[in-house]
Amino acid sequence: MFGVLMATLLVTIALVGSNMDSILKQSVSLEIREQVTSNKGLLNSFKTSSDLDQYIQNQINQRISALGLDQPWYSPNRIGLAMYKILTLDFGHAKFLTSDSGSSDVKEIILEKLPRTILLFTTATAIVSVLGIFLGAISASKVNSKIDKITSGLAIVSSSFPVWWVGVLLIFVFAFLYPIFPPRATPDIPPSDPSYLISLLNHMALPLITLVLIGFGSWAYLVRNFLVGVLQEDFIMAKRAIGIDEKKILFSHALKNAAPPIVTVLALSLSGSLGGAIITEAVFDWPGMGRLYYEAISVLDLPVIIGATYVLTAFFLVSVFVADVLYGYFDPRVRRQ
Amino acid sequence: MSFSSGTILKEFSKNKMGMTGITILIILVVISIVAFVTIPQESFKKWNDPANWLSYPKSAAPSWINYFLVQKIPEHLILSPHRTVEKLGTINVITDSFEINYNYDSFPSDFIYQFRTTYDGSPLLHLSVTRPDGIELNLDSLSLPYSDTKTQYGNMIFSTDQMITKNIIYDISKMKLPQEVYSYNDLIFSKFDENKVLKGHYVFRVTAYGVGTDISMAESKLILGGKVYGLMGTDELRRDLAMGLLWGTPLALFIGITVAIGSVFAGLLYGVFAGFKGKLVDESMMRFNDIIYAMPALPLLIILSVTIGNSIFLLVGFLVLFGWVGIAKVSRSMAMQIKTLQYVEASKLMGQKDYKIIIKHVLPQLLPYAFASIAISVPAAITTEAGLSFLGLGDPSFPTWGQLLHDASVYNAAARGMWWWILPPGIMIAVTGLAFVFIGNAIDAIVNPKLRR
Repeated sequence: MFGVLMATLLVTIALVGSNMDSILKQSVSLEIREQVTSNKGLLNSFKTSSDLDQYIQNQINQRISALGLDQPWYSPNRIGLAMYKILTLDFGHAKFLTSDSGSSDVKEIILEKLPRTILLFTTATAIVSVLGIFLGAISASKVNSKIDKITSGLAIVSSSFPVWWVGVLLIFVFAFLYPIFPPRATPDIPPSDPSYLISLLNHMALPLITLVLIGFGSWAYLVRNFLVGVLQEDFIMAKRAIGIDEKKILFSHALKNAAPPIVTVLALSLSGSLGGAIITEAVFDWPGMGRLYYEAISVLDLPVIIGATYVLTAFFLVSVFVADVLYGYFDPRVRRQ
Repeated sequence: MSFSSGTILKEFSKNKMGMTGITILIILVVISIVAFVTIPQESFKKWNDPANWLSYPKSAAPSWINYFLVQKIPEHLILSPHRTVEKLGTINVITDSFEINYNYDSFPSDFIYQFRTTYDGSPLLHLSVTRPDGIELNLDSLSLPYSDTKTQYGNMIFSTDQMITKNIIYDISKMKLPQEVYSYNDLIFSKFDENKVLKGHYVFRVTAYGVGTDISMAESKLILGGKVYGLMGTDELRRDLAMGLLWGTPLALFIGITVAIGSVFAGLLYGVFAGFKGKLVDESMMRFNDIIYAMPALPLLIILSVTIGNSIFLLVGFLVLFGWVGIAKVSRSMAMQIKTLQYVEASKLMGQKDYKIIIKHVLPQLLPYAFASIAISVPAAITTEAGLSFLGLGDPSFPTWGQLLHDASVYNAAARGMWWWILPPGIMIAVTGLAFVFIGNAIDAIVNPKLRR
């Protein structure tokens, strides 16, 4: 699991590294040129322009080797150093981006954005899974009924719409045609204000509705399919024969047996939605990890990219791990092996 | 687990969902063929060339919305002339008349006369309009630049020209009508007693006089600027959205199907090989699979397209790179089951080579599953490409549906109520996805007996 994390980061560094280096080198030479030309005394001490160029070139080379940029990005020294820093959760400072409070420390930026993403997507996933499980259970108990058909249809239709397009559509309808919700999801009140939370929730409504609308259909379909399989098993028949209430069978006995795959999918979809957050957050302008990631990539801010990739991958792996543990809890057969 | 292709076909034709999917797919293929046949290949490149779209209106709604409106919005009209040629002594006269029944409830935004002539000497051009009430307004007369030899000359006359305004003021003042309230441009189409459109039959007449010389008109069209245009309307850059949607169809099908086939077959071969070999090979191949599986796909896709390139073919490659993993896992476990079947072991004992066993005995068993997963993974490929394009990371030289939506969000189409720019591309994406989901589910229901009830 740890290997996966490192591999992902290595791929990221490999992809962004060379571009990043050339950008850094350019900015170093620009910086030094500016320093030298703004220093009049220093400027006058050179007799010819070639002397001046020589001096500037020396300065640039010194700075570059001080920063370790004279070695290519794939030299073991630099990669080893980068990996060591990442392991100690030291992501360094962002080159261009800053957090809302103005800090350029990558750790601070991420810590500021992460809770918002988690707030939005965990809430959405929670609502979606509760709705989905409930609806799925009902349609599983009445296979081929109207509810069942509507659920299956909804699942198929909603899975083929891109989430972000539905988002754009909802913004169009509910923010401009009927201005109920604000079109941009960034709250316009500073976080210190007491009404910040209300404003945040108000701005969160539209993305949340989008995510729920797109999500719960396929969830219900999934739960239904698992439950239909369980409901055909003998022990359910036996319970029915004893005369246990149908609802109780459905919600406590059958659902518990269908839980392991459901939990696995839940955990995976939660972490998957974090990855998918990039486009959704770009559409709604939600100030979370996804938008941070997008901004970082568009200006090639390597420390931020690495930090965000690290966090996203770590989340994914943790949720895979949690899913495994929960699977063992719900399905003891796995444990005894 | 094994099915003959005949039974699958038979079962499939009975499946309502599958047939719906196939029908939609056939329609989409027909649209793509129409796009290929009717639109010349070079015009692909002109999509981003503003000069190509000059004669189109800006941000015009689809013209069919007029059917639902009481107040008819003027349509953007590109009129072609009815031509008469006569010779009056030494003068060659070409008369182009443009007739139009103007029955809309508001004024056209402007009009443009576009022409290209071949002549020598210095011919005259005269532009006038006859209104439904019989009044004739002289709009413009100009002499084309003098030339000794035969030359080609092209130009446009805009309704905002000073000359036209002056001529209208002059004509109106002869009639002693209250003219202060009107914009002069609208006066051409206006009733004189109130500021309303005079509906009826208008004739615009362009006459070219070549005195003692030859003159011929190569191109001559009158554009009445309106606010609705065509089947799908136009966008902020005057591009005809119907064209973009049409082009998007073959592109989406290409991206979806190529990515799906590529990743399914890569995954199939990888998984079958790992499952068939077993032991250390299997173990190491599956660990590699796990690593790819655990990588966050979308972020890495974005990094790839930013750093390496965003050509549409590269994008297809990137999508395959992350698409094969899940299929490899499933096909490995299936291959491990098939491996233990007696006829496979028999052929192994006969000394058959590994790759021959895989190709002859294992892969055919997995084909139905492969087809189902190809169909099911097409929508994901299309939406992912659309998503990347939407973020502005797609191939800008091809008008994919995602690209249209990206442009829409760049120009704030949602805030300006330009629904015809937002709705159709998304619906096309969804319909295409739906077709493949239908087909995939239908095949899945046949080859996967567990789902049958």
